[in-house]
Amino acid sequence: MSTDVSVERLDVSTTLTSSVTGVRRSKDVVFLIVLWLGLLLAVATLATLIIDTFMTGRSRLNMDFLTGFPSPFPEDAGIQSAIFGSVWVVVPAGVVSLFVAVCTAVYLEEYAAKNSRVQAFINLNIQTLAGVPSIVFGILGLAFVARGPLGWGFTVRTASVVLGMMILPIMIVAAREAIRAVPSSLREGAYALGATRWQCVRRQVLPAATPGIATGSILGISRALGESAPLIMLGALAYVSTNPSSFSDYYTVLPLAIFKYATEAQEEFQYAAAAAIIVLLVLMLALNFIAILIRDRSRKSW
Amino acid sequence: MVTESVINLQAANSEAVAAGVPRSQNIIIEARDLSVYYGEFQAVRDATFSIARKEITAFIGPSGCGKSTVLRSLNRMNDLVPTARVVGSVKYRGIDLYGPLANAGEVRRRIGMVFQKANPFPKSIYENIAFGPRVNDKLSKSELDDIVEHSLERAALWSEVKDRLKTSAFSLSGGQQQRLCIARALAVNPDVLLMDEPCSALDPIATGKIEELMQELKSEYPIVIVTHNMQQAARVSDYTAFFSVETGDTSARPTGVLVEYDRTANMFSKPTDERTLNYVSGRMG
Repeated sequence: MSTDVSVERLDVSTTLTSSVTGVRRSKDVVFLIVLWLGLLLAVATLATLIIDTFMTGRSRLNMDFLTGFPSPFPEDAGIQSAIFGSVWVVVPAGVVSLFVAVCTAVYLEEYAAKNSRVQAFINLNIQTLAGVPSIVFGILGLAFVARGPLGWGFTVRTASVVLGMMILPIMIVAAREAIRAVPSSLREGAYALGATRWQCVRRQVLPAATPGIATGSILGISRALGESAPLIMLGALAYVSTNPSSFSDYYTVLPLAIFKYATEAQEEFQYAAAAAIIVLLVLMLALNFIAILIRDRSRKSW
Repeated sequence: MVTESVINLQAANSEAVAAGVPRSQNIIIEARDLSVYYGEFQAVRDATFSIARKEITAFIGPSGCGKSTVLRSLNRMNDLVPTARVVGSVKYRGIDLYGPLANAGEVRRRIGMVFQKANPFPKSIYENIAFGPRVNDKLSKSELDDIVEHSLERAALWSEVKDRLKTSAFSLSGGQQQRLCIARALAVNPDVLLMDEPCSALDPIATGKIEELMQELKSEYPIVIVTHNMQQAARVSDYTAFFSVETGDTSARPTGVLVEYDRTANMFSKPTDERTLNYVSGRMG
């Protein structure tokens, strides 16, 4: 009985291949080749860039480079102040906007009336903010934070606030997606036991949404880490030979240290720029790796 | 237990004849002219029925007849749907559930609910049970331990899970997960238990266990069960409410109505309404 069926199936498939043949088959293969070429192009470009940068910069990749400060002599130039500057600027920006983003997302998803006008207005604003070019945030920061009403000058806190504003919409969107992905049966289960809305959010929805929020916010933080445009407006493109020790200190950041070295006339500075790019790439990869770890870990545990 | 419920039913029935209200001494929830709207759409119209102690009440009827909607209006779960609106009165121990004296959280704690699809929290078995008591009270570790053990015992799950309370609730089978949800509902010490098609996703053996459990629980917790399965209603319930649909002139979607409400034995042997007869005999729905 079962052999009969398989013989019949075999017949059908033979007829199909023989009648369709040629054209369709070759179209299929051509399409596959196009896909492979696209992939190859993307990977090859990235690989070339990384390898070239690595070859150029490897002579400078050592502890002296990481711990050194900017210097007029290329062989002494280091990036310690840029690394510390990046950490001083990006960490508070990430932490504060994560907090604000989670509050916003919880309000919009769990409290605000759906489809209300306020909701639609806020949505429009967030979408617009997410699409604003980063240089515009720089100009905004220059006008309102560095000068203008706040007048904080070209300091760590100015940069931190501006980068925080820049990544806020990204984080809000990520947190909203994560909260929306929590099944409503979870909320019903909590409410049915007499939980208040806050208890439901705090003890069920947020824990369930944590992996999504974490990965989204780490991506936002790595965006801030690699950002240079707004900080050009805010004094980061400077010769800073000390680490910041408070939020009102001058600072520079890794992307702008790279920019500075790359635009120097002496060729040896190019090696320093390449080495700094490698350091930045490693930092970004590490952040993305942490995001993946968090996601996989939470998937496994439940 | 069988004799006990028969005695109750006889008593209830004689009262029904005397007072015109069934089982008036034992009534814990009473709905009068209960209508539920979703926006402009009327999902249920003028349902009047009562839920009594030591009984299982079954809601049966075709899809879209509003039986789940009515169930959810008994513990204000419909509040979670922004457009939902309840008209008429639902009284629990004489207090209007939608009146100024009722707090939705407290209503839901006292009138527990088990859902169609088992919905354990993504936490350990222990944490699933402990969640309800924790949100309602400040409790010590040992008090919580006692509640967890007692609740799991009541739901006939303790012996199966006592050695792995710290493992994920998702490691349990579908039937065990549903019993875990029953245990979770019992952990906050409710007065009434609402069950929304609790067996529709379970195999016959798991269904049998849940039905057995319901019989054990009903002396302490009056149970209201929504079911698609008429055999189940006939097997487990003491009272049955049959809901059907009526297509109005103005609304494209049909409105649910409570056709008949009586002792289960009567509903399945000599229903007074022809629609009930058609439904229970399998000619409709």
